Amino acid sequence: MCLGIPGQIIEITDEARLMALADVSGVRREVNIAPVLTGEIHDLIGAWVLIHVGFAMALIDEDEAAATLEALKGLGEAQETLEAMAEGAKALEARA
Amino acid sequence: MKYAEEFRDPKAAKALLAKIAEITDEIGATAEKPVYIMEICGGHTHAIFRYGLDKLTPGGVEFIHGPGCPVCVLPMARVDECVEIAERPEVIFTTFGDAMRVPGQKKSLLQAKADGADIRMVYSPLDALELARRNPDREVVFFGLGFETTTPSTALSIQQAAREDLTNFSVFCNHITVPPPIKALLDDPHMMLDGFVGPGHVSMVIGTHPYDFIAEDYGKPIVVAGFEPLDLLQSVLMVLEQIRDGRAEVENQYARVVPEHGNPVSLAAIEDVYEMRPSFEWRGLGEIDKSGLRIRDKYSAFDAEEKFGIGYAAGERSVEEPEGCACGQVMTGRLKPTGCPQFGKGCTPEMPLGALMVSSEGACAAYYQYGGARSSEVASEPAE
Ligand code: SF4
Repeated sequence: MCLGIPGQIIEITDEARLMALADVSGVRREVNIAPVLTGEIHDLIGAWVLIHVGFAMALIDEDEAAATLEALKGLGEAQETLEAMAEGAKALEARA
Repeated sequence: MKYAEEFRDPKAAKALLAKIAEITDEIGATAEKPVYIMEICGGHTHAIFRYGLDKLTPGGVEFIHGPGCPVCVLPMARVDECVEIAERPEVIFTTFGDAMRVPGQKKSLLQAKADGADIRMVYSPLDALELARRNPDREVVFFGLGFETTTPSTALSIQQAAREDLTNFSVFCNHITVPPPIKALLDDPHMMLDGFVGPGHVSMVIGTHPYDFIAEDYGKPIVVAGFEPLDLLQSVLMVLEQIRDGRAEVENQYARVVPEHGNPVSLAAIEDVYEMRPSFEWRGLGEIDKSGLRIRDKYSAFDAEEKFGIGYAAGERSVEEPEGCACGQVMTGRLKPTGCPQFGKGCTPEMPLGALMVSSEGACAAYYQYGGARSSEVASEPAE
């Protein structure tokens, strides 16, 4: 929960709510981009960000993203986060 | 150096370890009289054990595992309050998965779910917001948990709920802040700390200045660190260099992600939505002044404590920790996890008795998973 995971912004999905689609290790997830928005919103497309519980918290470069992902994999945290994302998507459905 | 070849850059790791050994010698630290370095962040604790950094570094460097795992410092009473809210029939209770197995006095959230409460694991408070939109006839409560890294996410979510007039969304706020427990530990006369490795992702939000007091008032070095193993070794080296030079400064090893003044959008959202509670209870550390956040009055419609009259809103309460659990002593670095009589017996990651066994960021779980103890420690464990 405390460690962020790198992702790449691929599309702005909701300009009013500052939401964007991010690619996180091949998994697509909507994230909030308010914390990293300093200029024109569409400039963020293609940017690498560190995502914490669904919020893009910092802009990073591609090398940093790769190194961070590797460290997270070493700790087993990357898999854990991706599972949590899947779990979150499931939770939105009606009660099992 | 069993683990060194696992590093992304084993050569760099070996060079850093050699420098660490050299300076440890230079300052005369030995296994009998080590320098005590506390890593504050639970993510760092996990990385230290995973990469065996505690064994790769010389005996003269002793890691003390700090209170930086939000699940581990969550008091039992708060878990009970979660269960109480979750068991209301109108409630959909949403939480990070990490919190599911934290034992409460009667049950954990996992047990409450098995007993029929509508509890859902989510990845983000945004999932909880979406649930509230889709279920207007239910009360969706999000269990807000964590340090400054996750605090902005709930603050921004509450602001969004307010903009949308989502009256069936609220947050059970258990956000805590990093600097106050560090001050409490530094004020503890039993504590023997020589320096700190500071949290990376918390600092990305708050910047480095909230740690100034550690250097200025207590004369201890602190280095904010990334969580790649090489970052950690580099940071330990920087702490040792400060000790050797007689300096006490706040240094930033993770400047590529941590800006000096933090993240302005996140800080503004936190300031708008939250205020300090007069005090907040930490498992193992007790009540600490101005260490936890509550939702400001202007957002009280989104405060689960107010909505359900539970928790600090309900007045005085205090719960004993489970019998035979040494979490408090382990948390303050006075006892190694293996020194707890329950370790690996009454308390395992599958059936945790104390919270330090619940998350991979907790010292006990990390010890259990990676066998972190030096062999000499297992043989004879001083009982404080
Ligand atoms: S082994 Fe379990 S009971 Fe003992 S200190 Fe660790 S978490 Fe607490």
